[in-house]
Amino acid sequence: MKVDVATVRRLAELSKLSFSTNEETEMVDGLNEMIAFVDKLKELDTANVEPLVFMTEETNVLREDVVEAPISQAEALKNAPSKDMYYFRVPKVIKQ
Amino acid sequence: MEQAVYDQYELVVGLEVHMQLKTASKAYASDANLFGALPNTLVSPITLGHPGTLPKVNTQSVDFAIKLALASDMKINTPVFFARKNYFYADLPKGYQITQDKTPICTGGEIVIREDDGTEKRIGITRAHLEEDAGKSMHDQDPFDTLVDLNRAGVPLIEVVSEPDMRTSREAYLYLTEVRKLVRYLDICDGNMEEGSLRCDANISVRKKGAPEFGTRCEVKNMNSIRNVQRAIEHEMTRQIDIIEAGGVINQETRSFNAADGTTSLLRSKEDAQDYRYFPEPDLPPIVITEDHIQRIHSTMPPLPKELLHKYLKEFNLSEYDANVLTSEKETALYYERIISKTTNYKAACNWLMGPVKGYLKEQALEIEQSPFTPEQLASIINLVDAGKVSSSTAAEKILPALANHSSKMAEDVAAELNLIQDADDDSIKQIAEEILAAWPDKVAAYKAGNKGMLGLFMGELMKKSGGKANPKTASGLIQQLLDQ
Repeated sequence: MKVDVATVRRLAELSKLSFSTNEETEMVDGLNEMIAFVDKLKELDTANVEPLVFMTEETNVLREDVVEAPISQAEALKNAPSKDMYYFRVPKVIKQ
Repeated sequence: MEQAVYDQYELVVGLEVHMQLKTASKAYASDANLFGALPNTLVSPITLGHPGTLPKVNTQSVDFAIKLALASDMKINTPVFFARKNYFYADLPKGYQITQDKTPICTGGEIVIREDDGTEKRIGITRAHLEEDAGKSMHDQDPFDTLVDLNRAGVPLIEVVSEPDMRTSREAYLYLTEVRKLVRYLDICDGNMEEGSLRCDANISVRKKGAPEFGTRCEVKNMNSIRNVQRAIEHEMTRQIDIIEAGGVINQETRSFNAADGTTSLLRSKEDAQDYRYFPEPDLPPIVITEDHIQRIHSTMPPLPKELLHKYLKEFNLSEYDANVLTSEKETALYYERIISKTTNYKAACNWLMGPVKGYLKEQALEIEQSPFTPEQLASIINLVDAGKVSSSTAAEKILPALANHSSKMAEDVAAELNLIQDADDDSIKQIAEEILAAWPDKVAAYKAGNKGMLGLFMGELMKKSGGKANPKTASGLIQQLLDQ
């Protein structure tokens, strides 16, 4: 697989990011390097290896349906770049 | 365009129903699952998607999915795996939704819908999967910013996807009504479309009748009542046929329903479609569901509406109408079940419940589960009427209100207290009847001359003199007998 400018633009769109022309070129190179690294790994024959999703063999790691004290409103909003006393504030995401 | 042109087309509808599960806590974290709290007060670092946090599945949401599967003949797939659906939106703190992609917890199954005349149709279920709700964005509260409340983020949802089996908007209406009824019986979702605890998207297409292939479908969102789902489908069918008849093609797109004028408008076209880049959720290890566990849940299942409906129709011989009214709300059905555990006059129990009892509750602004009448009391009224000791109107007007909130009193106690027991004693009624006839020789003559209307006059007088305690049937028989002598 080869990453081109179109791929980078599509990824940027999906991630709600925007890049300058220079940044786009950097991204294309960077991503291609990463993919080349993964392609190297792909040389290994894994036909008989089950895909690994989980780092442990554990199953049924469940939680009882019990409410625990939540964090406060002020704590919840603390790290937000834009907020008021009640809400997270973000740029308008819908055109009226 | 002429109706005949529209009639050449067939509608094809499949519905996706999202339901908030009635758990105490959220799907993958222990903050409360509640509607209507102050904004951003029901959140935790997990819900907010802070780095280093680890979600954990709520046992109850899995059990609720199992309940739904058992109630609609779905297959339960074990082990359960989750997946990440990636997209960026301000009310999705993690940047992905934990859902299920290729491995839904339930597949197959069906919902049976029933027309008023008793015709049934099976609507197939493709799949049902567990996922989490997003937060809430408010776009119109502030001139500059969108405000985000994350209380709803992480609330457990089950999404039920139907097969494209519905052919009329009425069938879609019945399907949705049935699904809502079912989850309310199971007590896993409160089914409130206005508050958004049950949401429905409709996939709608049309094709010429007899065509082998489906037409291109449009997905319609934002309908906040079952009636509006029906309206949206009707509008969409006309819109699509008009385009095709004008030589156009239907584009696969997502549309939004506008309740004010009943139309739909473009939300996004296929070209703007997201690429969700699903992959297995590594934070949630697989869940193995054992047959034992399923059996345990099976043993706690409430009676299902379709089972009760069948029982009332087949075993109790109630009418389609009665059986429907009794089973449409779980609370009514359960109350009826308790009453008929005390009496076998099923029809009378139904009439009493849907008539005088519902009337009394409405008057007092009470819900059915707040009814002040015990099943024993209602059974005692039915028995008293059946024994001919009081008329049903006396029972409804005088005895029923007196029983409210006196759970130890039975109908016969009240009837005795208020001196309402019908005089079954023929002799005393006969005596009154003789007195009346003796007092009005001219009316008796008129009757004998053919004026049968006089009978009503004698009856009225007799009921008055007996203080309403004479059994009307016995009394009228007696008067006639005396007159014909």
